[in-house]
Amino acid sequence: MPQPLNLNRIHRWGLQSPPASHRLLPCLIQPSMADPSEAKGEGSLRKAFGGVLGVFILLLIGTLAFSIRLFSVIKYESVIHEFDPYFNYRVTQFLTKNGIYDFWNWFDDRTWYYLENMSTYCKNSDLDIVFELMLLVILDRYPLGRVIGGTVYPGLTLTAGSIWWLLNNLNIPLSVETVCVFTAPIFSANAAWATYLLTKAPSHQFEVKGTGAGLTAAALLAMVPSYISRSVAGSYDNEAVAIFALIFTFYLYIKTLNTGSLFYATLNALSYFYMVCSWGGYTFIINLIPMHVLLCIVTGRYSSRLYIAYAPLVVLGTLLASLVPVVGFNAVMTSEHFASFLVKCQEVFIILHVVAFVYYIKGILSPKMFKVAMTLVVTIGIAVCSAVLAILIALVASSPTKGWSGRSLSLLDPTYASKYIPIIASVSEHQPPTWPSYFMDINVLAFLVPAGIVACFLPLSDASSFVILYIATSVYFSGVMVRLMLVLAPAACIMSGIALSEAFDAFTRSIKFQLPKLFEASPSDAGDTNRGTQDEPTKVDNNTPTEKTEATVKERPSEKHRKKEKKKLEKGKEIKEKGKENADKVSNKPLNAKKLLVLPLEASAVAILLLIILGAFYVVHCVWAAAEAYSAPSIVLTSHSHDGLHVFDDFREAYAWLKHNTDVDDKVASWWDYGYQTTAMANRTVIVDNNTWNNTHIATVGTAMSSPEKPAWDIFNSLDVKYVLVVFGGLVGYSSDDINKFLWMVRIGGGVFPHIREPDYLRDGQYRIDAHATPTMLNCLMYKLSYYRFVETDGKGFDRVRGTEIGKKHFRLTHFEEVFTTHHWMVRIYKLKSPKNRIRGKSKKKTNPKTTSKINSNKNVKKNPWQ
Amino acid sequence: MAKSSSSDAQALIRSLRSAYAATPTKLKIIDLYVVYAITTAVIQIVYMGIVGSFPFNSFLSGILSCVGTAVLAVCLRIQVNKENKEFKDLSPERAFADFVLCNLVLHLVIMNFLG
Repeated sequence: MPQPLNLNRIHRWGLQSPPASHRLLPCLIQPSMADPSEAKGEGSLRKAFGGVLGVFILLLIGTLAFSIRLFSVIKYESVIHEFDPYFNYRVTQFLTKNGIYDFWNWFDDRTWYYLENMSTYCKNSDLDIVFELMLLVILDRYPLGRVIGGTVYPGLTLTAGSIWWLLNNLNIPLSVETVCVFTAPIFSANAAWATYLLTKAPSHQFEVKGTGAGLTAAALLAMVPSYISRSVAGSYDNEAVAIFALIFTFYLYIKTLNTGSLFYATLNALSYFYMVCSWGGYTFIINLIPMHVLLCIVTGRYSSRLYIAYAPLVVLGTLLASLVPVVGFNAVMTSEHFASFLVKCQEVFIILHVVAFVYYIKGILSPKMFKVAMTLVVTIGIAVCSAVLAILIALVASSPTKGWSGRSLSLLDPTYASKYIPIIASVSEHQPPTWPSYFMDINVLAFLVPAGIVACFLPLSDASSFVILYIATSVYFSGVMVRLMLVLAPAACIMSGIALSEAFDAFTRSIKFQLPKLFEASPSDAGDTNRGTQDEPTKVDNNTPTEKTEATVKERPSEKHRKKEKKKLEKGKEIKEKGKENADKVSNKPLNAKKLLVLPLEASAVAILLLIILGAFYVVHCVWAAAEAYSAPSIVLTSHSHDGLHVFDDFREAYAWLKHNTDVDDKVASWWDYGYQTTAMANRTVIVDNNTWNNTHIATVGTAMSSPEKPAWDIFNSLDVKYVLVVFGGLVGYSSDDINKFLWMVRIGGGVFPHIREPDYLRDGQYRIDAHATPTMLNCLMYKLSYYRFVETDGKGFDRVRGTEIGKKHFRLTHFEEVFTTHHWMVRIYKLKSPKNRIRGKSKKKTNPKTTSKINSNKNVKKNPWQ
Repeated sequence: MAKSSSSDAQALIRSLRSAYAATPTKLKIIDLYVVYAITTAVIQIVYMGIVGSFPFNSFLSGILSCVGTAVLAVCLRIQVNKENKEFKDLSPERAFADFVLCNLVLHLVIMNFLG
């Protein structure tokens, strides 16, 4: 009969093997008073039944995760959403059509078109210009383009491509678009299962308790709105696959840590490779795991399993990460990794080896000799370490940003981006979240998480310390950028799953112990059961998680507490014997053998009811969020009015017009938001797109939009643009149009071209487009292209988004002509007018015919040397 | 002080030697393999110092292959060592099979990365 554990042994698990008692435990049922063999038989049947039920529940959770993401397919159609997914879709199309080798070598010249600015050469004669252009073509700098193989995270496209290929080979002819649309829901079901596996591992090493927590966590993750928002059907983006890879990698790491098997270490490295292929967020893993290893070493939990879990991962992981072209040598060189490689990852690698060596030496030497060894080593070691550290610091300090890239710097210092890099600051996903967004995105989990953290401390194992570290870091990062709430979601689900499972466990146990008391009326039995409940020793259970039940529960136990104490003291030895027996049986049950308090029956019943209601609120919120908030494909808009449902399909209308009415080689200029969609649907070359890697290029377009017509025409002409596309929401009240984004264009343009100044466009610090707007604003290209002929719609030019009448109502365009406006005026396309051959009126002023012809020829050369 | 520390050092080295001599031959072979791998890595680093690191991927894959096999050999040693209580029920054959599998993956990646 194993002795009841005391707390000391629990904390020293790191250095010894885990106590054998947990392996002896066959089943976790309440110790009934029947004889052991019968209990065992009953137990194994129950266990089998529990296993089958568990599998069935997991299947249901997977189906739930899949179906809750299908709202947009039902409400709209099976279409790809937003902007980024269009790029991924185009890449996948290319992959399925041309195969993987061409995919790796693909140079996409439909994006980032850029013709070297002619005006820089017009000071020379014609011949020089010809030579310069020839040189450009030879050097292959004619289009900027984009090397797809080297700048794209291939995980998502390869996954969807292989699913498509597999299905086609099984003779299920799904189109590429269908596969792309439904990839995200499938992988969210996988992610829910991975969460089940991950939560099962750290919770208390028991099968049943672990399973319960796992199922709860999986169910929570299947529905959490933050994850739904990025993985809804149609949102074909990296995160859809990456979150699954993240959770699975963490699961394999924990599994390796628990079992110490090299097989799982290999799997862990491979899963990490899949994560690196999928998303830039892999740096989170490679920074979190070394942090955890360091934590384990520092808190004295070093074990050889830790070495097996970490060391192969570092070596294999670095190699595999370098294999992915996007990452390449960044895995070893730059400082996000630098911090990872040399300060975090590699340094922790070295520290781990040192610690391992120390333990090894300790094992084979006698204590006295060990002390001698330590003193010797420490003196030498300190000298060497300080030298190395000095060199490192000098190296890092010599680089300008100390080796960190812009995005990581903005993570550490949240105000960095808004000060220095307006493009990063302008993306709405990069803003810090507000408090309501926490409740919108993780809802009920927000206050279950602290309870889960407490539960993880009892007892603290390697795995649960990992989960605690995970949630702490993800909460910090989610506070910096809204987009990273996505990384917080799995951690929150795990913690809440553990908390809820513990709570249910405590309450149902209380009910189970007290139910017999209700049904037995005889006094002797009452005495028996009374003793039974009293012999439960009286330490308070810390797991009273939910705020709602905490208040009611706290007062009652304290009273009953005191009563039980008194009765116990009265009875004496007799009770002590029986108490020991019961205590043994009780301590068999949960390994954290914490003398658990039995809560009063009514309180437990009410608490369980309240927890169920809490869960119901969560489900209702999640379904609402999925249906209303996160299912908009944003390429098709709908609105409900008194005469039914209006569908605004203007974007696709515009792209289809472009596709059918322009030449294949025509270039289209628009703001970078619409780049991916234009290339994917209209199949035309764009100047800037959502990849936003060239700030100067974007600033050029921004400057053009902010300038008056003539300079804007000049800029666009030098970029060889034929059509300009503008999004305007004033007629229908669509508020994400270009006029609302215009100030960002000014800021970004002004960041590179100083003659664009933001205050020029603001009247008294306010951004206006009505009669009080500044003349710069009223004359800029964006204003003119948005509001050209707008008065013809209602006679007054009332802008529904800004809520005012426009300032300049009647004007003509001199350098652009309108070629297409969609049905609801949401997208407007303009064509650049070709320059006039003869300038009327002006030539009369010039008296000298020679200078006139020279000026004319000069002008021609400036504008159109090839015509 | 110096005398006592040097005699301490001598005593330390002696006790280390005697303790190490007691380890079984299997483990000593693995230790030898680790030392060999590390030496190869050191030779490569010296070579890079002389010649420069131009095909950086080759250099990286060479170094990491040496370090990788050393690490995996150490893991094997940990798992096979009879004094390790945690791995009591892990058969040495299983440990060796895991070691081979991990090495296979490692070398596959290295071959790919060598360029």
